[in-house]
Amino acid sequence: MKVELPDHELMHSGHVGCPGCGAAVAMRFLLNGLGEKTVMVIPACCWSIIAGPYPQSTLKVPVLHTAFETGAAVATGIRAALDVRGERDVTVVTWAGDGGTFDIGFQALSGAVERNEDFLYVCYDNEAYMNTGIQRSSSTPYGAWTTTTPGRDWKKMRKKNIVEALAAHRIPYAATASIAYPDDLVAKVKKARSIRGSRFIHIFSSCPTGWRIPSELSIKIARMAVQTNIFPLYEVEGGVRYTINLKPKGYLVKEYFRLQGRFSHLTEEDLDQIQEMVEEDWELLLRKAGTMPSL
Amino acid sequence: MWQVMEGSHAVAEAVRLAGVQVISAYPITPQTHIVERISEFCAAGLLEARFLRVESEHSALAALIGASTAGVRTFTATSSQGLAYMHELLHWASGARLPIVMAEVNRALAPGWNIWTDQTDSLSQRDTGWIQLYCEDGQEVLDTTLQAFRLAEWVNLPVMVVLDAFFLSHTHEPVQVPSQEEVDRFLPPFSPSFRLNTETPCAFNQLATPAVYMEMRYSIQQAMASALERFPQLEDAFQTIMGRRYGAVEEVSTADADVILVTSGTVTSTARGVVEALRNRGEKVGLLKIKLFRPFPAEAIRRHLRRAAKVAVLDRNFSFGAGGIFAQEVRAALCNLKDRPQVFGYIVGLGGRDVTPALITEICRKTWERAHPEEADEWMGLTEVPYESGTAGP
Repeated sequence: MKVELPDHELMHSGHVGCPGCGAAVAMRFLLNGLGEKTVMVIPACCWSIIAGPYPQSTLKVPVLHTAFETGAAVATGIRAALDVRGERDVTVVTWAGDGGTFDIGFQALSGAVERNEDFLYVCYDNEAYMNTGIQRSSSTPYGAWTTTTPGRDWKKMRKKNIVEALAAHRIPYAATASIAYPDDLVAKVKKARSIRGSRFIHIFSSCPTGWRIPSELSIKIARMAVQTNIFPLYEVEGGVRYTINLKPKGYLVKEYFRLQGRFSHLTEEDLDQIQEMVEEDWELLLRKAGTMPSL
Repeated sequence: MWQVMEGSHAVAEAVRLAGVQVISAYPITPQTHIVERISEFCAAGLLEARFLRVESEHSALAALIGASTAGVRTFTATSSQGLAYMHELLHWASGARLPIVMAEVNRALAPGWNIWTDQTDSLSQRDTGWIQLYCEDGQEVLDTTLQAFRLAEWVNLPVMVVLDAFFLSHTHEPVQVPSQEEVDRFLPPFSPSFRLNTETPCAFNQLATPAVYMEMRYSIQQAMASALERFPQLEDAFQTIMGRRYGAVEEVSTADADVILVTSGTVTSTARGVVEALRNRGEKVGLLKIKLFRPFPAEAIRRHLRRAAKVAVLDRNFSFGAGGIFAQEVRAALCNLKDRPQVFGYIVGLGGRDVTPALITEICRKTWERAHPEEADEWMGLTEVPYESGTAGP
């Protein structure tokens, strides 16, 4: 699948993200897919900073910055107001990190999608509270070091499966995407844009600062997360119809883990156990999808 | 047109007449009759609005922050725990300079669970940048709600219309409901200077460094100060059309009073009766009702209280470790006067306990008899409370 990216950019060239920031790449692709008729809500997250301080903004679409746990609720209100004003052609999109989505914003998100509010919610997932200095979230994967899971207290719980949680609300569209697969990402944004009701896209966004990786590995790490089945690319329509978008090469997870400082304390035994967990999740996904793409 | 209705329904009538465009609310006793009636208006097509039935009070206000920034007239209602849950976003709404209007039904905070009236919920939000207007009866509730939209949209600040649980929210009274034509003359359509708009994209509420933050805060205080000036002007316009006005404060027989009672909310009506009865016995008692609490009308309060020897403030609220909140504010307003009255603080009616004419008469008698107020405000009508210490010690 090949998608033509438009000539124009809806991000200015400057932003204040870290070198190699996956979330900055993800935003650029998102806006490519959405276009100018977009109103964006940004609850507290890395992007509260990346977008720039008053009076500057790196984004060329209207943005409402808001409190941490309010991304979905604020979007609900904007949608209602735009409907009242007759601006039906404008897409309302919430752009939130994993903390604002999986944790503190989950109640508002669950409420909004249960009501099937007409908006697109995009979570750029860097697997911890990176803006505050790498603290554990419920999106942090099993095995990871963070500043609140240091030493022997590395995280012993699985990452929350947010797409499954959203799919359980039977929303029209939920999908995963990765900054390493821009064609797939932009195609999903365009598809989501064409649908009415609640739509959710979960974008894997690598974080060199928090993951303890060189900034030039940002895209490679994201690609390996897909190819190891740690972060498969798939869609769920109506909460039940699963489509896997890419057949992974099935690399061993240890190749992904050994590149990242946040996992450097893990033993071979730990990695074997994680390999089993990833295979178990993949089998579960395959059972739901029924088929694999022949790509 | 005269109708008999609850205070809650008076709020709902005003919301209908104001042509609110987006409503967002979460149910809590005793606010429910407000949102139920508005829901009925929406379902019957009597109000062309979007009613967002969100999953929490926090989201109720968050949704209005989005809707108001997108340029429509907004309303919510809550009470007690719900208002406390909104706290973070109360600051956000005023900081973002959004003219959201809220009906807040005064209810006691838990624990223990108590659904009856008590002002501590709204008064503990006094520093959040919301204009607060306290109401005495059903007519004032309807009128104040209409005024709230005009005031909010004039100074770009959110407004809380405050009414007592049950004594006002659930009490039926005759209320004069203005016509749509009258309301339209008083309240123009909402037309904000800035809004979320894809034609002219702006970033709202973004990162503000120390170089700009103080000026942003000062502008909120400027707006508060202007609200104090504009409220009487707004009441002039309201009076011209509706024939009624209330004042930021209202005085009753204060000119020659030795003792002036200071009240807010429904306690005021009871106090009016007490003042009348005592005046009939030749005793020089007056009454000052405070309607506008934020911004605090300190100058008007000084003007009415300065000649009295003693002031007795009735507080149906309490700030632990300090005292009654209205009494604190009244003392602060008077403190720089050379000759100032003595201020006696009385804590009454917490958690919905009755504030009877007998109790208010007793407050007058105590204030007369004492030369000076005690350091601490006096809790009226308490049964004996043994002090329970914790287990840790020196």
